[in-house]
Amino acid sequence: MRQRLLTAVTAAVLVAGPAFADLTIIDTSYRTGPYAANGIPFSDGYQDYFTLLNERDGGIGGEKINLVECETGYNTEKGVECYEGTKGAGNGALLYQPLSTGITYQLIPKATADGIPLHTMGYGRTSSKNGGVFPFVFNYPANYWDGASHAITHILEQNGGDISGKKIALVFHNSAYGKEPIRTLEELGKKHGFEVMLLPVDHPGQEQKSQWLQIRQQRPDYVLMWGWGVMNQVAIQEAVNIRFPMENFIGIWWSGSENDVKAAGAGANGYKALAFHNLGSNYPVYDDLRKYVVDAGKAAGAGDQLGTVLYNRGMYAAILAAEAIKTAQEMHGTAAINASQMRDGMENLDMTEAKMTALGVPNFGPEFKVSCQNHGGNGYGAVSQWDAAAGEFKLITDYYQSDQEVISALVAEDSAAFAAENGITPGC
Amino acid sequence: MPDQLLFGMEVVLNGLMAGVLYALVALGFVLIYKASGIFNYAQGVMALFAAMTLVGIMEGNVPFSHLINAVFGTQVHHFGWQVPGIAAVALTMIVMVALAWVVNQLIFRHLVNQAPIILFMATIGLAYFLEGFGDVMWGSDIKKLDVGLPQGLNTVIDDLTYGLFGYGFFIDNLDIVATVVAALLVGSLVVFAQYSKQGRAMRAVADDHQAALSVGVSLNFIWVMVWSLAGFVALVAGIMWGTKSGVQFSLSLIALKALPVLMLGGFTSIPGAIVGGLIIGVGEKLFEFSVGTMVGGATENWFAYVLALIFLVFRPQGLFGEKIIERV
Repeated sequence: MRQRLLTAVTAAVLVAGPAFADLTIIDTSYRTGPYAANGIPFSDGYQDYFTLLNERDGGIGGEKINLVECETGYNTEKGVECYEGTKGAGNGALLYQPLSTGITYQLIPKATADGIPLHTMGYGRTSSKNGGVFPFVFNYPANYWDGASHAITHILEQNGGDISGKKIALVFHNSAYGKEPIRTLEELGKKHGFEVMLLPVDHPGQEQKSQWLQIRQQRPDYVLMWGWGVMNQVAIQEAVNIRFPMENFIGIWWSGSENDVKAAGAGANGYKALAFHNLGSNYPVYDDLRKYVVDAGKAAGAGDQLGTVLYNRGMYAAILAAEAIKTAQEMHGTAAINASQMRDGMENLDMTEAKMTALGVPNFGPEFKVSCQNHGGNGYGAVSQWDAAAGEFKLITDYYQSDQEVISALVAEDSAAFAAENGITPGC
Repeated sequence: MPDQLLFGMEVVLNGLMAGVLYALVALGFVLIYKASGIFNYAQGVMALFAAMTLVGIMEGNVPFSHLINAVFGTQVHHFGWQVPGIAAVALTMIVMVALAWVVNQLIFRHLVNQAPIILFMATIGLAYFLEGFGDVMWGSDIKKLDVGLPQGLNTVIDDLTYGLFGYGFFIDNLDIVATVVAALLVGSLVVFAQYSKQGRAMRAVADDHQAALSVGVSLNFIWVMVWSLAGFVALVAGIMWGTKSGVQFSLSLIALKALPVLMLGGFTSIPGAIVGGLIIGVGEKLFEFSVGTMVGGATENWFAYVLALIFLVFRPQGLFGEKIIERV
């Protein structure tokens, strides 16, 4: 009897534990499975920044952050299980960052019904930029369609503004994610007179000989890539093998981390990838991360990912979440905000350069302002290039704004179709 | 010669090369199935584990370093030395033999005479265990594997075909190496199985466990030997595929490429694995080249299985598999 009582008390304490923390953020990470090499640095960056805020500042507005990690293995079903299992954690989850387009698609109706915001930074359903239709989904600062436009803008810039008659191939993961840029590229092709060549690659993408033989035979002027995981490494290696000029090979930001190029060695030098934030670790915030988190033994991982592309992206996601929390706290006059107030904070987020500089990340990301009509930011992105000798990606362009004429029309069309299918009356 | 014909010839050649790589994975399945009747679901993970171990040894990484550091608060990652490729391959083979022994001692020794489905389930468990064990032992980051194999365009074939047809064929140097290695491997395995004492014992066990036991063949020894051979084949496959894509979790998924090869070539034939691999490789590449572009592409994964199913309908035991007749 005593033992049963002790067990019951222990269980009650364990369950009640998270309730002491007030700002609950869920990190649906993947540290196992085929995409673990990418999931780990992102999650480390995301968690380490929140740990820094807890250790250095005592949380946000005096409230500690309760970060709950849930392993999805990049599996959509597990992602949904994570959501269902954690939405009530602590005082209730404030925010999800699913880090998977598949999981995002499943969570959009659930999170909307539960009133919990999703931040799908640079992935997910692109038309969720329209906050009038997707009130609880935010995809700032840039989305896939912006990315397609950034790549074309870069190619235009390299060709004196005229790419009529050029052939641009898209090597893409044969999934909802990989197919996202097709429509945008087709519209941009009509506008600028280039031809689009589509080359799907089935999951996981370990064998791409057919696609790259077609590229060798048909000689497109540029190759764009929407890949993830092993597909990226194999594609870059195959491009090296057929001697495709690396400076004409541009990947989306999910095809542009150190993991993607290192396996191909020196041959990958010059490969380009899009980015919606800056790279490297030469920022004041890193001094604090080392002092308060890594050296204090509180890092989420082994502490060996600082400054990598995906660590920076995870950290940037955490910075944007933290700033949205601050905005919500100011708006509602309370430090212990709820999910609905968090949504308000995200919808009124204003990221200025002055704010980023004060946070120790000057010139790290483009300025943008969120509104009800625009949950996706202003559509700015840049191009980075791999320097194999230095072992790092470097931004080689300023931030371009995507072609708003084309993108806005596509967002309006797709979100209207979603609203019609789901009986949503759009409105802000 | 018309461009499309030249392109088609290039596709066929590359299909043959890809088929050899598929066959390398299929060989491991065949070896274990032939000797023990076990369909080894863990063969792909064994290739991953072997390749991870090889890179870890070559780079002088400390196994279980994350675990050690987390438990003892240390910061050890490297021994500070590098091991040459050949020596690392030999050391990795020792690890694979040890793995074979452990697998046999802890799992399969206790499952003799169990139904095939039980043995199959055991290999599923083994696969998931090895996945996690490999990650804990060597980390889940993507590792570059460089044992000095050439990679990229073969300029001799490029120049030769350019001189002949006015169009240079692309053949990857790594694929040529894989073809030579696969030929040597199959030749050695066939000779071993036909002419060595252990090889004959392996075939005896494959024919009838109890009859083999009654004439003094040690089932334990044969199974450890076969799992070790499968470990060696996994290591070779891991080197070839790992050189292409880096050593990472997805290497374990190459097993998916071996299944249609096995269905087509038969589960019990070593030459069948090679012929099956070549047919699948050429078939899927040619289909993608000729029909794929008309139906949106990405046909290779499913077409390989369609091809295997067509063969199955006419020859259920596969092209080279043994026909099983059970009298009742």
